[in-house]
Amino acid sequence: MPALPLDTAGKYVAGAYLVFLALILIYVAIMAGRLSRIEKDLGEVTELLERRAEKERETVPS
Amino acid sequence: MRHAVAALLRKDLRLELRSPEAVPAMVLFSLSTFVLFHFALDEAEVSGNLAAGILWVTLLFAAVLGVNRLFVAEREEGGFDGFLLAPVDRTALFVAKATLLFAFLAFVEVFMVAAFAFLLLGPSPWAPLPGLVLVLALANAGIAVVGTLVAAIAVQTRARDLLVPLIALPLSVPLVIAGARATAPLLADGGAGALEGRWLMTLGLYDLVFGLLAYAIFDFLLED
Amino acid sequence: MFGRGLKTLSLLSVALLVGAFALVFFYAPNDADQGFIQKIFYLHVPLAIVALFGFVAGGIYGIKYLRTGDRMHDLRSYVAIHLSLIMAVGTLITGSIWSKGSWGHWWLWDEPTLVSFLIVFLLYACYQPLRFSIEDPERQARYAAVFAVIAGAFVPLNFMAVRMAESLAHPRVLTTTGGAMPGSMRLTFLVALAGMAALFVTLWKYELASKHATFRLRALKRKLAADDETWVPNPRRSAAPTL
Repeated sequence: MPALPLDTAGKYVAGAYLVFLALILIYVAIMAGRLSRIEKDLGEVTELLERRAEKERETVPS
Repeated sequence: MRHAVAALLRKDLRLELRSPEAVPAMVLFSLSTFVLFHFALDEAEVSGNLAAGILWVTLLFAAVLGVNRLFVAEREEGGFDGFLLAPVDRTALFVAKATLLFAFLAFVEVFMVAAFAFLLLGPSPWAPLPGLVLVLALANAGIAVVGTLVAAIAVQTRARDLLVPLIALPLSVPLVIAGARATAPLLADGGAGALEGRWLMTLGLYDLVFGLLAYAIFDFLLED
Repeated sequence: MFGRGLKTLSLLSVALLVGAFALVFFYAPNDADQGFIQKIFYLHVPLAIVALFGFVAGGIYGIKYLRTGDRMHDLRSYVAIHLSLIMAVGTLITGSIWSKGSWGHWWLWDEPTLVSFLIVFLLYACYQPLRFSIEDPERQARYAAVFAVIAGAFVPLNFMAVRMAESLAHPRVLTTTGGAMPGSMRLTFLVALAGMAALFVTLWKYELASKHATFRLRALKRKLAADDETWVPNPRRSAAPTL
């Protein structure tokens, strides 16, 4: 099987390596989404803690 | 444990004999499939690779029909709970159901091979029959083991009818490879060729690996 | 707890992979038969090998879960299978591109790696739907573990059977220089393989750390919201294991 000339073969090789890169970057994007959800959850937890702290300050006899 | 297996097997065989559902369906299904193949391939007579292929694909799909029904009675009538309460080794259920499936397949294959020889097969079926029986027996064992496992997994899920073929078909690919490759020379045009040992060994290896695995792992599917 | 060593691992992966790609394009010689297009080999085969081991590792963690009941093993198994599935897709795509460039067809039945990966992909594609269709978390983990063990045992058997099926009529197509690899190619291949393995472990730990942090955060949120009625459970059910 004669080898393809460099320009056409190059496109296929580049395509394959680009697919690999795309898979990794898509993964990074998904993990970034997870991270932002963690941050949102953290915000809610902090808010809940503050609310609880406020309630305790109210119920403690001054 | 042998008593438990025998008791379960007797119960299921009696159920099937009293109101046959699975076996007639599997037989009729294979007949219809042969008719479909005739029209789809536009062939009056097949031999060699084509014959082996049709036979094995039909067998596999008929088996999936049987697998779908394997644990349905237990699931719907509470048979699982009853079994779990009994003081027997839980693997007995696996052995009983796998043997049941093997028996169903063997029975269906008698009709299926006869119908195949009648409808589609070119060369005479008598010469390759012993070899064919051996290959079918080995493959049946593999289908029985894997089918029972997949049935047990799928019966507790919501999409069980869909999951059984989806999981069972890829798992059966090595069986089909070995079975079809072994059968193709048997059904060749110019008279039955030799039965190749390495395909029999592949089937045997598959049966052994999955048999042992199923034996070890089936318990975990029944806990509750 | 999971983040420990993650930075080192990721730096190692970067070093190995970038080094491997540099070797591929600047050091390894062109294949005598296939020419430049053979370079895809350094991507396709390491992806395949690491995916294979990943599936088997998923099965091993499945066994560990069944023996100990520790849900962390189930999580490890899930992530391993999930990552291996992505790598399997990568194997299929790169193999297909290689096939098209080499032979003009997008698919090659003669290439056992490609064919057995298609079958393995079809099998593991059922893993997440299976998990999703079982609601009880403990049962879900157990059934998924059984599936992982069966499928993990299946992968090497399947590869062997597919290889046997094609080896008679057609010799291996997507190999290099008819089998005998010169030392420079072998070195490049090994570095690429090491890099891919390091990448897998890095991503695996990364995802484990992320999931674990999410669970602990959710548990914290639940605990804090227990007195108020302001907590809303996560409305989106997913196939991923919960702890």
